[in-house]
Amino acid sequence: MSKVALTVNGKPVEVEVEHRTLLSTVLREALGLTGTHIGCDTSQCGACTVHLDGRVVKSCTVLAVQVQGQSVKTIEGLAPSFDASGARLHPVQQAFSECHALQCGFCTPGMIMAVTGLLQDHPQPDDQQIIHGLEGNLCRCTGYVNIIKAVKQAAQMMQA
Amino acid sequence: MDAKVIKEEQIGRSVPRMEGAAKVTGRAEYIHNIRLPGVLHGKMFRSRIAHGRIVSIDTSAARAVAGVHSVVTGEDIQRLIAEPYYGPAFHDQPVLALHKVRYVGEPVAVVLATDPHVAEYAAGLITAQYEELPAVFNEVEAATSPIHVHDELKPAITFPDLKHLKGKRGTNIALDYKLRRGDVEAQFASAAHVFEHEFHTQHIMHTPFEPFVALAEPMDDSITIHTSTQMPAYVRLEIARLLGWPENKVKVRTAWLGGGFGAKVYVKIEPMVVALALLARRPVKMSLTMEEQFYVIGKHATTFRIKSAVTADGRISARKCEVFWNGGAYADIGPRVSQKSGFTSTGPYRIEHAQIDSAEIYTNLPPAGAFRGFGIPQLVWAYESHTDIIARALNIDPLEFRRRNILREGDEHPTGTAMRDAEFEEVLVRISARMGWDQPFDRGTGTKRRGRGIAIGVKASIAPTTSFALVNVSADGSAVLFCNTIDMGQGSNTSMAQLVAQVLGTSSERVRVTQADTDVTPFDMGTLGSRSMFHMGHAVRLAAEHAREQLEALCAETGIEYQDEHSIAQAFRKKFGMQAGNIFGVGHYTSRYQPADHDTGMSKEITPFWMIGGTGIELEVDTETGHVTILRMVNVVDAGRAVNPRVVDTQISGAALMQMGATLSEEMVFNEGELTNPSLAFYKIPGMRDMPVAIENEALEAETRSGPFGAKGVGESGTFGVSPAIANAIDDAIGVRLYSLPLTPEAIYRGICAARGEPLVD
Ligand code: FES
Ligand code: FES
Repeated sequence: MSKVALTVNGKPVEVEVEHRTLLSTVLREALGLTGTHIGCDTSQCGACTVHLDGRVVKSCTVLAVQVQGQSVKTIEGLAPSFDASGARLHPVQQAFSECHALQCGFCTPGMIMAVTGLLQDHPQPDDQQIIHGLEGNLCRCTGYVNIIKAVKQAAQMMQA
Repeated sequence: MDAKVIKEEQIGRSVPRMEGAAKVTGRAEYIHNIRLPGVLHGKMFRSRIAHGRIVSIDTSAARAVAGVHSVVTGEDIQRLIAEPYYGPAFHDQPVLALHKVRYVGEPVAVVLATDPHVAEYAAGLITAQYEELPAVFNEVEAATSPIHVHDELKPAITFPDLKHLKGKRGTNIALDYKLRRGDVEAQFASAAHVFEHEFHTQHIMHTPFEPFVALAEPMDDSITIHTSTQMPAYVRLEIARLLGWPENKVKVRTAWLGGGFGAKVYVKIEPMVVALALLARRPVKMSLTMEEQFYVIGKHATTFRIKSAVTADGRISARKCEVFWNGGAYADIGPRVSQKSGFTSTGPYRIEHAQIDSAEIYTNLPPAGAFRGFGIPQLVWAYESHTDIIARALNIDPLEFRRRNILREGDEHPTGTAMRDAEFEEVLVRISARMGWDQPFDRGTGTKRRGRGIAIGVKASIAPTTSFALVNVSADGSAVLFCNTIDMGQGSNTSMAQLVAQVLGTSSERVRVTQADTDVTPFDMGTLGSRSMFHMGHAVRLAAEHAREQLEALCAETGIEYQDEHSIAQAFRKKFGMQAGNIFGVGHYTSRYQPADHDTGMSKEITPFWMIGGTGIELEVDTETGHVTILRMVNVVDAGRAVNPRVVDTQISGAALMQMGATLSEEMVFNEGELTNPSLAFYKIPGMRDMPVAIENEALEAETRSGPFGAKGVGESGTFGVSPAIANAIDDAIGVRLYSLPLTPEAIYRGICAARGEPLVD
């Protein structure tokens, strides 16, 4: 067991982990941040995507002991002041909801974290940049059509 | 009902998904997220052989691992449940293997531990000794093989048409549906043209992103099951049957489902979780990995032999279909697939002489069952490839050939059921109009060849089935709908709320839909086969009408004019002196159905409604690599009246892209019964890069007169035409015809080489 200190959604936390424990497990089990989903556990689906020091990572491919001193942002940290009316969503969240860019919603938190990362690098992405940026995130339900629409709408909202 | 009080039409309104905010913030509840105090995690030890008798199972090393609570085998289960076999069609599947194993990956033992890693580690220490038996994998071979997967057929009582199979021995045929109409052989003897082909489809898996997960929580005199299921009422029935308990001691609840696509129908891991929890007297959770899902259920591989007689003027006069469905080691709902879809094997065509033999066959592979389309995509693949080959051979435009033979309103389907509210021709017309079928088409040059193709399919609804619904109107005029239709992403909660609001004259946003909990949500057969909008839609409509009658009476009694939620609230306040009280509306619906005659397979009323979907494809083939780029995909469906047009649109895209994966890349590859690619790394589902360059969908302006507000189901229709439309377009582009799915670059390249007389060695 090792102690790991990190920042999660802006708050410092300390957790005791086994060496094999994954970041995704720490988030879901130890911290109760169940918005980070586990689809495949083998680094294909992207449902577990979070930001680590501002960069997009699949949290099922990161060991908890690797993130000592680093800062993690999960879907729960994206719009912390979210209220029941849905107001104050992050623009990407709002666009996903409005554009029907989700069905079962299982890929959605990871997809949204990947999109926010993509929009940092490419504030006005074209189709190729979207496809390249999101090819590591799979969705079994939507057929992606509305996800691409949502990315473009979010980009516009963030520009304004 | 007085229509004039409805202020805003709720039907046809693209109401935003009610759970949108919960899903985009990660707050939506999934069974996956539930944590219970004192829970034990179960991990399985699985068979590594395809067929054999269990001689012994050594669990001692696993039991010795620190932190292991217990290890459970089939014999332990039998101490709790004397006959531990389950299944909707046949009681053939043991909770854990008993005496025999029948496929590689079959669960043989489970380790329970508080730490799932400990359970997994310990499960790896279990060993088993088997007396290996010969195994059979191919569906055609298994139909006549002396190797039998089961010694005796054990039909469940649920389906009367399986009764005659009880006790049958010495066969792998779990159900043989037959249709006999007219005299096909006489037609074949005299027809101007006869065509005969054989087509194949591969095993695939649904891969819902939330893998199977269930928790069982034993209480003093009851049990609660939290499970990601499409069929809570059936889970309750089947668990109660297995335990010999009354239904009311079994509570089944769900949350949002992270996808289902047919994988989560009937019971899957629930019997195991319940038995383990009762043996351990503690809550037990089992959450499978993506890899393990492949061993639970998949989609039937098929062999389809099809033969048609065609007149000199291009009319199909006879069609003979022989379909072999590879059901795997346990029947699950496979026999229903082979029958309820089997009877549409001749396609959406007017054919006077028809013969169908559609057989569900046991093999030593993982079980196959329901998968978006319920067998229809496999059938359309064959009959629409075949239809296209005929048109091209006769030099008739493929669109024109289809239009010449297509079923029209009032025509008799080969089963004897007249077509009603089935817009086949209009679907063809809209696809071709969108594609500019009569316009010149750029066929590419050099090594990049372009082609286009179309295909259309038909599906019947599973029948007869029953839905119940309950609407609870509160004193402020808001309402809660209690219904067991499971929203696994298709948006049913939103659409059902719209139906309630339409009847009550309120807004959809004032209606909430509960998650299924069998203690309070009434019976429903299940969320499958696109049946919910039709069946549950009717039940919900009736429940809301029942509530409305009572609300109108309340308003009359209190002297308030019935208008909307405000007038409802006023009436409650006046009657009870404060904001208090409820009104309950109940409704139920059972579809009309006439069973098919056992000998002829015919029925005047074989389905309550027909689903229709067609696809047009433009693509480019790289003749040097066999790689295909889909340039354009046009999907048109007859969905009746769309209750929520945007939700309908997402259903069409989702279904079509899923079927595109099944067409181009997905395949469970077996080596002597052992699955070689059970992970998303080697089993390729479509990613963003695989999308067609352009995709467009259309739901026809249509009306299902027998449906609630003119609606019908649409969850599957987008899948029907995709596979053959792609194959037809490949043929159009490069003159290579492919008969087996998937159409991988390798398969296409081999086809190209074979066509130029230089076949590649295997
Ligand atoms: S769960 Fe991490 S990539 Fe699938
Ligand atoms: S919405 Fe279901 S996996 Fe993407």
